[in-house]
Amino acid sequence: MEGASVYLNGKLIGFHNKPTELVENLRRKRRAGALPHELNAAYYAENDEVYINTDAGRARRPLLVLENGKLKLTQKHIEELKADKIGWKDLLNEGVVEYLDSEEEENAYIAVREEDATPEHTHVEVHPSLMLGVVAACAPFPDHNSSPRVTMASAMLKQALGVYQSNYALRMDTQSHVMHYPQKPLARTKHAEIIGSNDRPAGQNIVLAIMPFGGYNMEDALILNKASVERGLGRTTFYRTYTAEERRYPGGQKDRFELPKPEIQGYRGDEAYRFLGEDGIILPECKVDGGDVLIGKTSPPRFLEEVGELSMIEEKRRENSVTLRPSEAGDVDAVIVTEATTGNKLVKVRVRSLKIPEIGDKFASRHGQKGVVGMIVPQHDMPFTENGITPDIIMNPHAVPSRMTVGHVLEVLGSKAVSLEGEDFLNATAFDRLDYGGLKKMLLKHGFRHDGKEVLYNGVTGEKIEAEIFIGVCYYQRLKHLVSNKIHARSRGPVQILTRQPTEGRAREGGLRFGEMERDTLIGHGTSMLLLERLLKESDIVTELICEKCGTIAVDDQIRKKQYCPICESTNVKPIEMSYAFKLLLNELKALNIRPKVVLEDKA
Amino acid sequence: MSDLFEKYEGKLPKKVLVELKEATKGLKSPEVKKTLERVYGEFVANKAVPGEAVGIIAAQSIGEPGTQMTMRTFHYAGVAELAVPQGLPRFIEIVDLRKEPSMPVMEIYLTDSIRKDEEKVIAFAERLENVPLSDIATVEEDFAKKRITITFNEMRLNEHGLTVEDAIKKIEKAVRRKAKEKKDNNLVFEPGFNTLRSLRKFVDRIHETKLCGVKGIRKAVVLQEHDGSGWYIKTDGSNLAAVLKMAEVEPSRVYTNHIREIEDVLGIEAARNAVLIEAKAVLDGQGLKVNPRHVMLVADVMCYDGQVRPIGRQGVSGSKSSVFARAAFEETVKHLHAASIKGQKDMLTGITENIIIGQTIPVGTGLVKLGMKQGK
Ligand SMILES: [Zn+2]
Repeated sequence: MEGASVYLNGKLIGFHNKPTELVENLRRKRRAGALPHELNAAYYAENDEVYINTDAGRARRPLLVLENGKLKLTQKHIEELKADKIGWKDLLNEGVVEYLDSEEEENAYIAVREEDATPEHTHVEVHPSLMLGVVAACAPFPDHNSSPRVTMASAMLKQALGVYQSNYALRMDTQSHVMHYPQKPLARTKHAEIIGSNDRPAGQNIVLAIMPFGGYNMEDALILNKASVERGLGRTTFYRTYTAEERRYPGGQKDRFELPKPEIQGYRGDEAYRFLGEDGIILPECKVDGGDVLIGKTSPPRFLEEVGELSMIEEKRRENSVTLRPSEAGDVDAVIVTEATTGNKLVKVRVRSLKIPEIGDKFASRHGQKGVVGMIVPQHDMPFTENGITPDIIMNPHAVPSRMTVGHVLEVLGSKAVSLEGEDFLNATAFDRLDYGGLKKMLLKHGFRHDGKEVLYNGVTGEKIEAEIFIGVCYYQRLKHLVSNKIHARSRGPVQILTRQPTEGRAREGGLRFGEMERDTLIGHGTSMLLLERLLKESDIVTELICEKCGTIAVDDQIRKKQYCPICESTNVKPIEMSYAFKLLLNELKALNIRPKVVLEDKA
Repeated sequence: MSDLFEKYEGKLPKKVLVELKEATKGLKSPEVKKTLERVYGEFVANKAVPGEAVGIIAAQSIGEPGTQMTMRTFHYAGVAELAVPQGLPRFIEIVDLRKEPSMPVMEIYLTDSIRKDEEKVIAFAERLENVPLSDIATVEEDFAKKRITITFNEMRLNEHGLTVEDAIKKIEKAVRRKAKEKKDNNLVFEPGFNTLRSLRKFVDRIHETKLCGVKGIRKAVVLQEHDGSGWYIKTDGSNLAAVLKMAEVEPSRVYTNHIREIEDVLGIEAARNAVLIEAKAVLDGQGLKVNPRHVMLVADVMCYDGQVRPIGRQGVSGSKSSVFARAAFEETVKHLHAASIKGQKDMLTGITENIIIGQTIPVGTGLVKLGMKQGK
């Protein structure tokens, strides 16, 4: 067969003698609107193959079309767009913009900027920053930061607390945070504006000084100004929703929302139910603590045989209430009574708690510069400038050079200049060529140094700080990792039923696991008694009676005051300390039809 | 003088005493006494303390730097296509004691008579290389006529110092059949098989026929010795037993990285040293500073019962004396069942088993016991 092979959606459909003309024809018709704009055509000269794709699932990207080195997009278009007379669709239909897939892209010669375009070029990028994803493009000056920091900034933008939905008061999200005084950032990007993140911001513009502070901001820690915190810096509210449903069980029984009566199995005591109304549901604006009941609920017994004597159907119900998490506290914000999709009665209770920034809370700028609050310092102890300005946050200078977050420095400098000048915002869109000289001029005009440095005075002693300190304005985000939701310690507490070892996890008031590697370190040090304390005494120690004659676990009959072996009836039994896990192992071996014997011996 | 040494017999290792006797020759008695005291003091000070958990410490001392090992595979400079695994993969290979290392390599030094002559060494290296028939000839099979034709490539033959006659002899010997026709470069077999399958098998046998070289050695490269005094051979593939038998080889300097082969040919002490040398080479190659005593302990554990055993389920860990310790490691139910069938006893002498039952471990402070004399 002669000519180039032509593939439609990957299938060979024929051959063509003039492949270049074919492809150009297809494109011309597409731009004219005669063919759908989803169609892409490409000619691979080296293989002499034409690919025409119309199927779903191809990643495509928009580009401005160039014809003979001139944009098809004209001033007229722009004016009409501004006047809202035309939209994106019209540009697409007119062939002013078009979407290319990865194969047609191989035939294109794309200029990054309009001024770079030559007659050879076929397309111009809509904007060079489109090479970034939505999130990365929302961070300011990503083109001035090192790439790992851009990645980290993108990850942290998603953890920032702000106003996540404008109807948050009506929603019953399982967990949510809302910031009290969010601000639009001074350093903004076009992308953030387009996706609407400036309408629901997640952060605040603060005054940032980059200097050490008595060691309390080492290792990326941050110093917070106490007065700023009290004025509402980083203040958020945390909402958690608790849910309960009146479930139906086979046999016609169902759960019941009610105030549990004291005779119920597992009654928590009057104290726990003090906020409940007649219907067993808590009232709004109650101040609740960990373990308090939010929704009183009783469930039918697990086994049907438990029906009382004299064939009375009076069942013994069990307590199954929903309680506030043990480590949390707050106020009941909203109570909703409704119906589940199953038709059962459904109750949702939203509890609100105020989260004021404290030591250990995580903050970050939009440059992958995250840190934890190391100290909250009273305003009168904070350093101050000649004008009497104290910073809201002090960041350690060691955080900058090795990470190469030049964008961070630019944001501080630019935001400072722009806020002095009284301008709306600073354009920080990627690849939008920052006017650095203009910023410098602005700073000088308002009597500041062009490099953003200022003389600061020690807030405690009043002495002048020898080095000039870089100080300016920066957008900071409070991230969702709050210490108050993570702090955990235990001395005594609940154990697992099966092994009698401490439970795991904060929600279960668990212990901190002394794992295999930790065990190895104690063996390595030869600290045998310490190891025994960690693994046995502070864990699942039990004293079991062992028959000295046959080595089985003996019985302690406390009523008859008799200790004997159930197998050989010997009364020669000895109390032995062992781990409950080992006792369990002995029992499990018996279940495997293996009879373990414990041979006793005097300790030498 | 000798009574001075007698005093330390049993206190210092025999080898040390012999060395000291040699070293103190010509010294006066008080000087010898002083030396002995010093040596004994050092010896005691450097011994592991009774009850020290040497195994755990060795494991941690190798394991922690081991986390920094790279997974890179280096290529020997100058040795084409010899990609010897380094770092973690090689270390795992050593402690797992694979039947065949992924890259067996030999270093063969030759006797003084030829090692200084590059030409001779190259000639010898060519004799080492194993050449399969498929390298120097094309084999065509005609299934219809049940006939096989071998066409030699004379250039390749010459490269390996072979003649057509040699090759024919070797092939005939290997397939235990006389050729039907011999013509120039061609050799025709009509083995007289009736089934296609047996004919195929015959063809495969022809393909695999080794025309010369040592079995297992795929490639041999000549390199200059580090001090420049001569040439030695580095090979891809290892066959210690065969190489040692060759007259040109200096047997005391031959080396292979194949631990199992060393065990078979030279015995358990050599194998222990091989484990030690190979493991240390890996650690040194990664720039990790690990005290060789830790590695020695690993080598000892692998070799102490007279044969090299891998660490792990198939070896050391799977053959611990304690039932609980084995059950705690891997295949719990299998070990418990086997132990119950045999009616095994756990004497609770190890660490793992004592942790399981909740007793002090026989290490460090748990080893010390306080006794009291009765009576009087
Ligand atoms: Zn008994």
